Amino acid sequence: MKKFIAAMALLATISVNAQSEKYVQTMKTNLAKFDSVKTTADYQALAATFERIGDAEKTQWLPYYYAGLALTTAGWMDQNMDKDANAEKIKAVCTKAEAIEKNAEVYTIRNMAATQQMIVDPQSRWMSYGQEASGYLQKGMQLDANNPRLYYLQAMSVFGTPEQFGGGKAKAKPIFEKAIALFKAETPKPLYPHWGQKEAEAKLAECQ
Amino acid sequence: MRKLIFFMLLSVIICDLYGQVTISGKIKDYKGKPVPGASVSLKETYDGAVSDSSGNYIFTTSEKGDFIFLVTNIGYRSSEQKITIGTTALSIDVSIKEELSELKAVTVISGSFAAGDTKRAATVLTSLDVVTVGGGNADITSAVRTLPGAQQIGEKEGLFVRGGTGAETKQFIDGTLVNNPYFANAPDLGSRGRFSPFLFKGTVFSTGGYSALYGQALSSALILESIDLPERSAANLSVSPIILGGGFQDLSKDKKASWGVNYNYVNLVAYFNIVKQTPDYFTMPAFHNGDANFRIKTKNGIIKYYTTFSKSDMGLRRQDIDSLSMKDAFGLKNINWYNNISWRENLGKGWKMNLGAGYSTNTDDINQQLQDQDNKQQFITDKPWLQAKNFTLKNRQDLSQVKAVFEKRLFGISTIRFGGEYMYSINDNNYNDTLKSKLVDNFESLFAETDIYVTNDVAAKIGGRFENSSILGKVNFAPRISLAYKVGNGAQVSAAYGIFYQKPENQQLIYTRSLGYTKATHYILTYQKTTNDRIFRAEVFYKKYADLIKTDAITFNYFNYNNGGSGYAKGIEFFWRDKKSIKNFDYWISYSYLDTKREYLNYPQQLFPDFAATHTASVVTKRFFMDIKTGFNFTYSYATGRPYYNFMYNGTGNKYVIADQGKTNDYHSLGFSANYVPSLGKQNSKLFWVLVASVTNVLGNDIVYGYNYSYNGVNKMPINPAAKRFYFIGVFFSWGVDRTEDAINNNL
Repeated sequence: MKKFIAAMALLATISVNAQSEKYVQTMKTNLAKFDSVKTTADYQALAATFERIGDAEKTQWLPYYYAGLALTTAGWMDQNMDKDANAEKIKAVCTKAEAIEKNAEVYTIRNMAATQQMIVDPQSRWMSYGQEASGYLQKGMQLDANNPRLYYLQAMSVFGTPEQFGGGKAKAKPIFEKAIALFKAETPKPLYPHWGQKEAEAKLAECQ
Repeated sequence: MRKLIFFMLLSVIICDLYGQVTISGKIKDYKGKPVPGASVSLKETYDGAVSDSSGNYIFTTSEKGDFIFLVTNIGYRSSEQKITIGTTALSIDVSIKEELSELKAVTVISGSFAAGDTKRAATVLTSLDVVTVGGGNADITSAVRTLPGAQQIGEKEGLFVRGGTGAETKQFIDGTLVNNPYFANAPDLGSRGRFSPFLFKGTVFSTGGYSALYGQALSSALILESIDLPERSAANLSVSPIILGGGFQDLSKDKKASWGVNYNYVNLVAYFNIVKQTPDYFTMPAFHNGDANFRIKTKNGIIKYYTTFSKSDMGLRRQDIDSLSMKDAFGLKNINWYNNISWRENLGKGWKMNLGAGYSTNTDDINQQLQDQDNKQQFITDKPWLQAKNFTLKNRQDLSQVKAVFEKRLFGISTIRFGGEYMYSINDNNYNDTLKSKLVDNFESLFAETDIYVTNDVAAKIGGRFENSSILGKVNFAPRISLAYKVGNGAQVSAAYGIFYQKPENQQLIYTRSLGYTKATHYILTYQKTTNDRIFRAEVFYKKYADLIKTDAITFNYFNYNNGGSGYAKGIEFFWRDKKSIKNFDYWISYSYLDTKREYLNYPQQLFPDFAATHTASVVTKRFFMDIKTGFNFTYSYATGRPYYNFMYNGTGNKYVIADQGKTNDYHSLGFSANYVPSLGKQNSKLFWVLVASVTNVLGNDIVYGYNYSYNGVNKMPINPAAKRFYFIGVFFSWGVDRTEDAINNNL
């Protein structure tokens, strides 16, 4: 009987915290899926899940952020994807996130979306989407000068720019180093983004 | 045991409480086609799914009760419906409606090549593309000649489009007409355009069926849109054996305004001493060109002013065709001043405004003499056809104009545009100080056009234009209609119909003013498929000419003009551009087939005109080598031979007859240019410079554009370029901070 009471008490606490607990659990479950999803359709489904969570929660920007991250990840992976259509979706979730909170993390997503649009045809799109992408990095840095992901993305952009146009490994190296130092200093809050360090270290190795 | 039963009971209760229900179905559009990637959800919950490639979705939910079932997809109107979730599986099919969007909606492209407008997928040529057309010498017209529909005409200025003459193509800058878009030159030598390709951000080459906003061009319109603010402040210098120039462009710190001035001096004396020219130049061609501009950003728009002034002098002698012992000496002084101011403003509430005004004046001062071998002027009064080669002609053309276009957003993305223009032109002609004439025309037009989008896949442009010319004393009304239908991703079929009117040329109006408008009716059908790096286009057209100006013989050397001419042109054209298949390699191929006949001027009957070729093709290739920072560009152009005629007056019957005719050899020309850009990669370099070298007709093919005949018809002389090849080498310096590097540096 004691146990029954204990069980009921447990149920009661769960129901009191149901809202946030359900949110945290669902977020954790879906964040874990980033490691298992493979196809573009999987990423799109995951993004839709995050967007639904965001729509239901109304006060959380992180679900929208992860919806955007899922779509940009698909964008990097899938060479045949229509990057303009994908970017349109990404920008829509970023706008929803920014309506709740404007922050550097959302700008990393915007940067990646614009970069993906630029890469479609760098010669003719550099002036428009390249400028747009670097503009997001600047805005992000204004909000958080120590966000490691912004520096990682900046380093990636310099890394990918031909030496003739002022990019290249030598120029990217110090920025990767700065990004890694910031990654090491970062203490992520629960559910907050914490990606990029491994990738930055791998790229820095390529710059050596 | 009790514990176990208890826990089993509990789990049953929980299962009941959280009993899962499956919801599935299909998402379709209004045509019944499945919509993949649509997001399906129960509003205010986490539950939902995304439709798969066949539009199907499935998900399970533990929610119970009344919910709003929501379907959303980018580019579609979202759909909401109330559902009640009980204990049984639900099947819900939903149809969603596509939203009209400017990005997705089909735009009518029949008859027009949009060039440089990067917002549209139909981008064909950018200003950088224009300057890197091999052998094109950074001339917009030369670059446009590599597109389908344009003829390979080198002996006359202008664009000869689809069986039309050069005069049937008009140029417009920021909406207003340009009166003398080409530098003045001697007959049979052709000429380049006055305007640098770098002045423009977008070029639309319309080969027919163009918008009701433009008129007075029977065949074609070249619509140029000038750049807004420059990217940076910079000083520039051009050095070459033929050109010396410099300029300055200032962009204000707040990037809201800019001004600039440029000047260059062109002198061909050194060049002509090295590269032998067929004509004997007694005045080496020299040009002073200056231009100035300012641009100011307004609240939601921009005001732009551009002016260019040019003064040139040249003189050349050529063999006279009627007498082997004599020469024709042709001297030409030209002064041209062009002004254009435009104001584009977004007025809000769906209203936009485009105002434009222009003033230009052009004076040609021609002195033509018949000379002997010692270059002394000869007067042969008993042979009027020889004596007629001694003359002076002073011609001045002034054009003042204003144009206003208003645009209002209607429903969805459909819009209406309307406005009017007024042109006041004066043509002052003085022949030998004896025959003087002054033509003054007050020309007004009113136009309206509407873009109607039925869905993203169907668009129509319907417009009309009403024109009145005081010198003709006649009005006309020109309807224009075009339709576009999207047939797949990036693919469309479009059709255009329109009536086009044009005033007779000034040199005809000098003889008689009892003339009416010349008229052309266009029918065009286009298929185009575009992806980011590739474009394929096929177009068939039929054009009917009516009321063309015909020469009416009175006696052997007197004639009048009437509107008795007619003709047609029909053909098929293909265009293919590919930037994708080979890295750093860009090429395009154009082919045009043309069947045309016309009766005009002194053509005795409908004939294939001497400015048209049956088959025309161009291959343009561009390759940039990053490691040597150099680009190599080749352009190969081909056209089948053109007919040529000698029309002579025949006293019996008082008419012109064909005294001789023939066909020129096929036209082949290979152009080449290379550009070395050493500043690429120099970080923080304040100096940016480019070395350009180019050659026309690399292979040295014999180019014969046609033949001139002597008065008696016995002697004929080929019309050739002044030299087999034209060579250019030059260095262009620019001091300023390259913005591409700015973008990177600002982030460090």
